[in-house]
Amino acid sequence: MSDDERKPTAFAPIARDTAVHPGVAGLTVTDYEAARATFQWPGAPTGADGQTGFLNIANEALTRHAHGARPDHVALRALSDTRDTSTLSYGDLDDASDRFAKTLRAAGIGRGDVVFLMLSARPELHVCVFGALKVGAVVAPIFHGFGPEPVRQRVALGDGRVLVTTAATYRRKIIGMRRAFPRLEHVFLLDGEGPVPDPTVRLFEEALAEADSGPVMERTDRQSAALLHFTSGTTGVPKGVVHVHDAVRVHRWTAVSALDLHPDDTFWCTADPGWVTGTSYGVIAPLVVGCTTVVDDAALDAERWYRTIEEEAVTVWYTSPTALRMLMRAGPTAARQHDLRSLRLIASVGEPLNPDIVLWARRVLGLPVLDTWWQTETGGIMIASLPCLDVRPGSMGKPVPGIDAAILAPDPHAPDRVLEHDGEAVEAPSGQTGHLALRAGWPSMFRAYQGRPRRYAAAFVDDWYISGDLARVDDDGYYWFVGRVDDMIKSSGHLIGPFEVESALMEHPAVVDVGVIGTPDPIAGSVVKAFVTLADGYAPDDEMALGLIGFARTRLGAAIAPRRIEFDQHLPHTRSGKVLRRLLRQRDLGLPAGDVPTLEDP
Amino acid sequence: MTTGPQADATISIITGVLHRIAPEIDLTTLDPDADLAEACDLDSIAFLSLVEGVSAIVDREIPERDFPHITTLSAFASHLRAAPPAGSGR
Repeated sequence: MSDDERKPTAFAPIARDTAVHPGVAGLTVTDYEAARATFQWPGAPTGADGQTGFLNIANEALTRHAHGARPDHVALRALSDTRDTSTLSYGDLDDASDRFAKTLRAAGIGRGDVVFLMLSARPELHVCVFGALKVGAVVAPIFHGFGPEPVRQRVALGDGRVLVTTAATYRRKIIGMRRAFPRLEHVFLLDGEGPVPDPTVRLFEEALAEADSGPVMERTDRQSAALLHFTSGTTGVPKGVVHVHDAVRVHRWTAVSALDLHPDDTFWCTADPGWVTGTSYGVIAPLVVGCTTVVDDAALDAERWYRTIEEEAVTVWYTSPTALRMLMRAGPTAARQHDLRSLRLIASVGEPLNPDIVLWARRVLGLPVLDTWWQTETGGIMIASLPCLDVRPGSMGKPVPGIDAAILAPDPHAPDRVLEHDGEAVEAPSGQTGHLALRAGWPSMFRAYQGRPRRYAAAFVDDWYISGDLARVDDDGYYWFVGRVDDMIKSSGHLIGPFEVESALMEHPAVVDVGVIGTPDPIAGSVVKAFVTLADGYAPDDEMALGLIGFARTRLGAAIAPRRIEFDQHLPHTRSGKVLRRLLRQRDLGLPAGDVPTLEDP
Repeated sequence: MTTGPQADATISIITGVLHRIAPEIDLTTLDPDADLAEACDLDSIAFLSLVEGVSAIVDREIPERDFPHITTLSAFASHLRAAPPAGSGR
């Protein structure tokens, strides 16, 4: 048995009764096998759906509570370094989002129109998400750290009619290229004052103050588009991933089963709202359950985060391996200066969760970290170290009841593809690495890559959605992440497509060829590194490397731009001329090229 | 604002590291009292690189609990001047 195969049992399991504190309410799901055996989606809790005949996420998350039993319950506790802490009840948030909905309606925005939100985690984000959903519009959140080019590209691809962002972001990143957004009709700016730069722009606060009050609720149905998330790819432009209102059934069920959320919990999801986790679990899921959400836009700072958990008495905390590694780096003393006993459950998403983080958290924070696995395309948690299971450190856990997962065998002739036999996908034997796949049909399954039906169809084989992740399953049904099939880079909780970074660098006059990969980093998991071939007459020196980093940062933003540059006048290519990123990764790690053919200078 | 040759040396250590992380920023016009992360587009990982880079040059540990006190260029420099060398007091 190789070292690789021994890995899954290298760390002793952690018994489930020490992995979470069940709290007074107890776990909602206590018996995994029984829950799997009896669960069916039509029987999933769907809030008001059964009584009213329509389904709108805003109704499930907000209005149902505000007009029902919990109007005064705290929905949001919003913290900030630069603004006052604010507390919004379900009633407050419902009213504010009604006003934004009225503002949108008055501007002619309605069903199917795309509203882009480029905001950090702050209460106005929630107001905008639910206001847009209330008029039946499609919410497209984008990362507020993006530079001008990723913003332009996504707003154009999504055919955005509305953009909400801050006055500072608009001034820095958009105003200089405003004409590149010809179809953008309305811009709302937060934190702005004074005259607006052009007639399409309004100040958000003023618009809300002038708006009529009174309830708005478009009667969307399960299959109406609700959310548009962008995911960048290994080739080509980013893909717009379309989700429908029915996704809320998965948000609610996974919040209950995987995160064990109860209405009296105080929940904190640290993911940025520009990514799917920050929307599905930072905005929607906790409110559907009816609990209180902590919203904080401050950067990661161990001391501040511990203080937030203590002062806000956070009970369920959903964060990322990068964040946890930064806390580990801060040392146990930082943690011990705070009373973290409010925590009942800690969960993680975004990158593979190393077993040492799980064990560190158990020792220092008092609870192990429960891993969860899912993607933009899946809309919600699919595989999780569920609180009713023993924790196997290093494993992502088991499929959430209601989700069928499988490891499909790779085609021996084309390992990037799934082996098919008479049109049916073949499952890999237990313990063997293969394609992690999900049986199509769960409610939060993405419904389209916007405008790209063939690319969408290619994501499915037989009746399986092929995730693009490689994994294996052990004899007890636990899943273990192995790697990506493609060249996507998981860095600091962001999924970065190398193509987007390569394209930006290619715009630099000195660059004639470039390959972008992730290189291992002790905190971020991996960071973006570019191998660059320079045109004749340019010197591969330090000044050039810094020039390229600055160039990319200006276009792409800090989180996406390469942090390291290596000059290489002979990048490896496929016969068709594509840069072989796999070989670059091997070079980067100092590994031999193995049996991959190197086609230099094709 | 800071004055004197020692202050300038401390500032240049910080800006020297900063230039390698955010080379597109014109450091000659950087407001010493502006929030560094905001003004230089530093995410958590980039800020950590800045701290680690400076820490290696001045040979002093800069623990996470000090991060709230080093958010601007002038505050970072003052903090370095006030902080005891690594290993002292043990």
